[in-house]
This record gives sequence, structure tokens and C-alpha cells, in this order.
Amino acid sequence: MAGGIPGGGGAASSTFGAYRNRLLMPAWLAIGIFLLLPVLLMLVYSFLTKDFRGGVIWEFSLAAYDQFIFDRGLFGDEAPKIEWIYIQIFLRSIWQALLATLLCLVIGFPTAYFIATRAEKSRFVWLFLITVPYWVNLLIRTVSMKFLIRDTGPLNEWLISSGLIATPIHMVNTNFAVQLGLFYSYLPFMVLPIYASVERYNFALSEAAADLYADRWTTLRHVILPSVAPGVIAGCILVFVPSLGAFLAPDLLGGAKNFMIGSLIEEQFKGNAGNWPFGAAASMILLTMVLIVLMIYARQQVRSEQGGR
Amino acid sequence: MADTSNTAPSAVEVRAVKKAFGAGAAQVVALKTVSLTIADNEFFTLLGPSGCGKTTLLRLIAGFEQPTDGEILLFGEHLEGLPPNKRPVNTVFQHYALFPHMTIAENVAFGLRRLKKSEAEVKERVQRMLELVKLAHTADRRPNQLSGGQQQRIALARALAPGPKVLLLDEPLSALDLKLRQAMRAELKQMQQETGITFVFVTHDQEEALTMSDRIAVMSAGELQQVGGALDIYEAPRNRFVADFIGETNLLDVTVEEVRGEEALCRIGSHAVLPCSTAGPATAGTSGHVSIRPERLSLSKPNGDDAIVGQVERLIYLGTDTQYLLRLDDGTVITVRAQNAHDSRLEVGPGERAALKIDAGASRLLVD
Repeated sequence: MAGGIPGGGGAASSTFGAYRNRLLMPAWLAIGIFLLLPVLLMLVYSFLTKDFRGGVIWEFSLAAYDQFIFDRGLFGDEAPKIEWIYIQIFLRSIWQALLATLLCLVIGFPTAYFIATRAEKSRFVWLFLITVPYWVNLLIRTVSMKFLIRDTGPLNEWLISSGLIATPIHMVNTNFAVQLGLFYSYLPFMVLPIYASVERYNFALSEAAADLYADRWTTLRHVILPSVAPGVIAGCILVFVPSLGAFLAPDLLGGAKNFMIGSLIEEQFKGNAGNWPFGAAASMILLTMVLIVLMIYARQQVRSEQGGR
Repeated sequence: MADTSNTAPSAVEVRAVKKAFGAGAAQVVALKTVSLTIADNEFFTLLGPSGCGKTTLLRLIAGFEQPTDGEILLFGEHLEGLPPNKRPVNTVFQHYALFPHMTIAENVAFGLRRLKKSEAEVKERVQRMLELVKLAHTADRRPNQLSGGQQQRIALARALAPGPKVLLLDEPLSALDLKLRQAMRAELKQMQQETGITFVFVTHDQEEALTMSDRIAVMSAGELQQVGGALDIYEAPRNRFVADFIGETNLLDVTVEEVRGEEALCRIGSHAVLPCSTAGPATAGTSGHVSIRPERLSLSKPNGDDAIVGQVERLIYLGTDTQYLLRLDDGTVITVRAQNAHDSRLEVGPGERAALKIDAGASRLLVD
């Protein structure tokens, strides 16, 4: 749109360019060493041959990806059949992550809206309260959750003593428990970005909508939600992505039946029983899926920007 | 509930409306028992400094706030308890409040869609509204692609589109620059006359109020100070606040010497006795304030038998006018304004003594 800086370009701007590149070196180094290199390593490992004592043999192989998709029997000599177990784990992970995202959104949006519409002083108290549990290690919180919801835990005892139920509800090692764990782990990641965008929201727009005969629901749907959409989308991504790769909640609360992709990967790198290339391959597949989600988001952003915002 | 005394009910009737925010010790009274009537097709302005309660009154009519006491009627119907979306009034907001994620056409169509108008009708009406504000070519743009003045006009089109009985305007011109503001004044007035809709206009700008309104309600500290036409309010202010707030004036301490019906004779300090029109009941022997507009005063060379004489302290050139500051012998400083037309400049300069002449009927004794 606007033209370049008029006049004086040439030499001056190229020295500036060189200078800028030098200043950006630390950032490039950090991105390279801590972000790109590990991913590259994973990519390489996923194409290597596994060593039985853990670790890898430096020999190119597609075995890891093959194992993920095909079942060739115990000794690898049978005709390949589709291996459903890992695909199932993946689908279950996606399903669980979607559900957790939805749950966080349904609870998180009103929470964020509530906080953002309080007086400025009390907002910070509310925000602080939201973040307080996160000062405690996730592992400890997840184990505590298990104690709270087990058959003889306080939750069931309270439900029984209040006469709501006669026998304890079995919650540990169910999908419900995993869901609860994921929801509890990632709720603030939903609340905070939505809070940030609701706080920036111009409430005169809600008044304008009401003035133009919109009821509350219409105002929410047609005016508030579109205005705070960036926060909602950011929140959804921040919950969905880590939920998809979570392993603490499914491990501790879900048991063997409710295995998720994060646990599968974790297991490949633990102890001597692991399979590093397979773990790396599963990671790459997970990463690809996350990237697809992020690309959809990025495209959405570009489209709404072209729309004029 | 029909009002038998009036065949045509007024557009808006505010009956003893009071509004307080908060409770107990922290209570803030924004509006102290205000009553007023706005006629149909009227361009009615609520004028006052910030915090005077004018916006609160507008928000009460729109339904964004509920009165603490009293009631508001719209064409004879009670509005009590009705939320904003059930009131047949529309608002033009101070900072436009256009929906940023919608196109201009969608913005204008918003109210019509909520009223469940047919798609054909919505389209036709949006087109007509955009033509009315001369912005038909912007239909597919977004609000942030428009200039401030254009956004202002879209806000107007959006509020007019559903065909409200009363249009409420909350300082709609305050965010525009001077030239645009002046052009919009004429446009708004013309639009009000063309559409025949009652306009309730809130502003702190007296010039805006004087140039556009049929009637003006001057407000201060949550109270109505005076309601009347522009001429009334400027020429016959009721009290000190109105005289001081509208235009420029000289407020002089006087003693009432004699009262004759609508007129009073007042003594200005030790100087002259001055006939004044009165804004309310006056009693001889009391002290009060007289307002005299600077343009109704003139200066001349003293010739010995003048009643009021002083020394010219300063001359301020204002383009069309020149302003003189005259210090009377008792220390009072009076502002005199003279037009610079036709070489009619006064022959007195700074430091010189001058006699003050007051136009007949220019002095007004105020109610405090």
C-alpha cells in the first residue's frame, strides 16, 4: 500500500540491513538450536532402525512408519494388514482433545467474560485466583485429582453421605477422568486469551446492538463473538494442542484402556523397552497434525485481515 | 392510559425523572428530578458541560439505564422496564460504535434484520439510507476503511434505517474536526427536517446547540437550568449559569434600586443606574447580578458627562471582531466587542480613557 521510504535508500538501507541481521543473530540461534534442530533430529530418528536396548542404529529404515500403519505379525513376515491400534489411539486422542477444548470453551468463555467485565481492581484478583493452582506441579495436581475422584475419595464420600448416590461412582480409569484431567490442566489457557480479547472489546458495540433491537443471544452471536474471535481461536489452539500430546492425565487418570498418543510416545523413550524411531515417527505424525490445525488458523487470520480488520 | 388533555401526545415526556448511581454513602446523583416535554418533529438539544447529566438523560430514554424515580413516556406510552431492544428509538453513539467485522451495508442492515424485514426490503432500505448520507459507494467496505466523518454518517444511516420515532444523538460530532463538524451541522439539521423524525441531541458545544436546535435544554449539575429557543437562551438567560455558559457575557454585581413589573433599575457599583429586564421576581434593595453581552456594549471618547468611564487595558484582535478590556474606576473589568467592518474601529487605544455605552434592553437581571 504505502510506498517505500522515499530517497536515501540504497547504501544506507543495506548497511542497516546488515546491522539488523547481526542484531537478530541471537534470536536466529535460539530458534535454530532449540526449535528447528530438535525437530530435525526427530525427523532423522524416525527414519532410522531401532536398537533393541533403546537408542538407534544409523541405518535408513521406514520400519517405524510401517509399524504405525501396518500389522505384519509378530515376526514381521505375514502379509500386511492395517494396524488399527495406533490409528485408534490417534483418533481417541483427537476426540479427547476436541472434547477438552469444547469443555474448556464452554466453561472458560463465561468465566473470562465475567472477569473482564468486573471492576478493574477485582479483575486482577480473579485472574490471580485462576492462575494460583498452576503454581503447583502438574504431576502433583493430577495425582491429587486421582485421590479426589477414586471410589473411596472425598467426592464419592460426599455424594454418598448427601444421599445423592448409594454406591460410589467409578471414575478413575475412565474417559471421564481423562477428560476431567485435561480440562483442569488447560482451562487457564482458554480463559486468559479470551479474557484479553474481551477486555479489549468495545462494550458500546453491545449497546449499539441492543439499540438496534438485538436480544442478548443475537448480540452474543453476531457482535460479541465475532469481535473476540481471535482470543477464542487462540484459546482453542492453546488447549487443543497440548491436550493432543498430553500424557500425564491419560496415564494417571485413564489407565491402560484410555491410552493417548502422548503416553504412546512417552513409552517409546522410557527404559529399555522403548522404540526410539517409532516414538519419533509418532511424534512426527502428531506434529504434522498440529501443524495442519495451525495452518487452518493462520489461513483464517489472513482471510479476516483481508476482510479489512 | 390515554392522555385526555392533549390530542397529540408529545414525542418524549420526562416526568420527574431522577437517576442515582451506587448506593449509600457512595451514591452519586446524576440527575435530580428532571421534567421536560419534547414535541414531535422537534430538534431538541440537551446542552451542558460534561457531568451535567445530559448523557444520563439520553441513556434513560434509550433504555441503557433505568430511572431511580419518575417515568418516561414515548408518544404517550410508558417505557418503564422496557429494555433498549424493545424501544422504538435508535441512537447515534459518540464514537459511532460501528460493528468492525461487518461491512457498511451489513451495519446499516443490522436493525432491519432484527425487525425481521424481508430481504428485498432490507436491501432497498439500506440502499436508500446510504444514498441519504451520500455514501452508497462504500456499501462493501469495512468501517475502518472509512474516514471519521464517513463513519459518523454511517452511524447516522444505521440509526435511521429502522425508522425510529425518536433519534437520540450522543455528541455525534465531537470526534470530528472543525470544518467537518460545521458541515455536518447543516446536514443533520436538513436530515431532521426531511425525515420529520424527532431528534434528541446531546452536546457540550453551545454553538452546535444554537445553530441546529428548535429548542435547547441547558443543564448543569443534574438539573435543568433553562429550556427554550436559541434566541431565548442567548438573549434572555434565566440565571448566572446559563448567561455564563452560553456565549460570552459580562456579569456585574448590582444593587436593585427599584422594581417596575418586568423591569428593574439596578445600580452598578457607585456608577450609574441601569434599566434591566428581569429573569424572575426581584426585590428592591437586594443585590444581584446583571448580564450584558460584550457585543451590545460600545466605547467612545469621554466627553465629560458620561455615566460609566474606565481605562482601556487591552485590545485583542479576533479577525472579525476586536475585543476591548475596560477597567472601570472601581476595578471591575468589562469586555467590549466591536465588529471590524467598514472601518468602524473605535478611536480609543490601550491606556486611554473611554466611556462605556450600553444598548437599550441589553442588561438582564439574573436569578441566582
